[in-house]
Amino acid sequence: MLKFTKDHEWLRLDGEVATVGITDHAQEQLGDLVFVDLPTVGATFEQGAAAAVVESVKAASDIYCPVDGEVTEVNEAVAQEPGTINSDPMAAGWLFKLKIADKSQLDGLLDEAGYKAILG
Amino acid sequence: MTQDGTAGETAGEGTAQTTDAGAKRTPLHALHVRLGARMVPFAGWSMPVQYPQGILAEHRHTRAKAGLFDVSHMGQIALWPRSGGVEEAAKALEALVPADLVGLAAGRQRYGLLTTPAGGILDDLMISNQGDHLYLVVNAACAEADLAHLDTHLAKQCRIEPRPDRALLALQGPEAAAVLGALAPEVAAMRFMDARAVTIAGIPSLVSRSGYTGEDGYEIALPAEAAESFAETLLKNPLVAPVGLGARDSLRLEAGLCLSGTDIGPDTTPVEAGLGWSIQKVRRTGGLRAGGFPGAETIFAQLAEGAPRVRVGLRPEGRAPVRGGAPLFRDETGGAPVGSVTSGGFGPTVEAPVAMGYVTTADAVPGTRLFAEVRGKRLPVAVATLPFVPPRFVRP
Repeated sequence: MLKFTKDHEWLRLDGEVATVGITDHAQEQLGDLVFVDLPTVGATFEQGAAAAVVESVKAASDIYCPVDGEVTEVNEAVAQEPGTINSDPMAAGWLFKLKIADKSQLDGLLDEAGYKAILG
Repeated sequence: MTQDGTAGETAGEGTAQTTDAGAKRTPLHALHVRLGARMVPFAGWSMPVQYPQGILAEHRHTRAKAGLFDVSHMGQIALWPRSGGVEEAAKALEALVPADLVGLAAGRQRYGLLTTPAGGILDDLMISNQGDHLYLVVNAACAEADLAHLDTHLAKQCRIEPRPDRALLALQGPEAAAVLGALAPEVAAMRFMDARAVTIAGIPSLVSRSGYTGEDGYEIALPAEAAESFAETLLKNPLVAPVGLGARDSLRLEAGLCLSGTDIGPDTTPVEAGLGWSIQKVRRTGGLRAGGFPGAETIFAQLAEGAPRVRVGLRPEGRAPVRGGAPLFRDETGGAPVGSVTSGGFGPTVEAPVAMGYVTTADAVPGTRLFAEVRGKRLPVAVATLPFVPPRFVRP
């Protein structure tokens, strides 16, 4: 199941664990990424809390946690090579994995059609 | 995802692809759009922040070949003496700028500062001697205020002629001389900070060998109506790529060059900013035309005794960029700030984060380890000499 936030994060659910990243639209708007600050494994975040930071040449941007949860894994490869988020935002450019605390929050997120609609 | 910080020239950027309805457009606006630029509002103008190539590629292209920049948003002003020769205009402008302008030869350009009565900096500018008049290029964000300032103080001695009818292009990089020289052979013989009228492909232009990237290159003022076809001619050369404000900012940061209103302003003096070199000997204590500009007393005292704080380069030890506004500390915990970052980001040529800021003079020794506070964490940074990349000017 693939879900989106209006803030341009995506979330792909596999059982209890969700993989989180930023959308192609987001990476395009940010431009070339040069630094990623990932959360610590084991950290817990509430929905909407800043969980990671990505930085382009010219600006830093917060990445919000799409739902409440605990970080179970982070993508060390993008920390080494932030440009992966630009080249493959929906797959190899994932940021962190999250053990979801409350699955009902997923209902409040956008599906792909809904996300495409807000991009206009 | 929310952008929570912007840096340097792109400060004030709005949502991409949209611009303020009232934003002014440069003569190259249609060309930028055709090239696929992302237009953003900057200092009241709609400007290209980047083209489809992206900031990293545009930056590297400029250092490797030649980048073409539209800087038509900058203020261009001709200063004509009401009587006598150009030296009368130079003498008049020396009342506002602490540089040797009377001694500026025809065909030469010089960097200068407009100072405040407290010794601060209103704006920085380029001043060239065009033989019968001076030609000034000032920052877009300050252009209106600078004009009013000139009008208040110089209207009796000078006719102040804004030139919004002229576009301004910068061609920067190691191949700039070959590219422009193919259209106007005489520019090849120009040296760094030469400035003169040149006819390029039939277009009457003012060309200076200068720029804002640390690279060799030219700045070309030309009639607005001729700008688009001229830019297209340059872009036909495969050595030339269009470069936006994003890379302009990272290039000037690596070159250690100040952005007016960000790294220098009314609260910083020329001595603190490390720009004392722009006050030539003849304007200093004991010189033939010493003083006579706003803030001379404060600036002379600092030239003699040093300033309490100075602008330095900063190299973060890690990979995280340290941006403008970050406070600087001596220790990893506690203590009061000893300075702050004014500009910072990622240096594509250095391939690491770079920054500049002000620190107390005691902390300004290159190699000093300080800590920049970023998102609540103190990150180690080393005080470094500027520039981060060696300049490649063609010296006279």
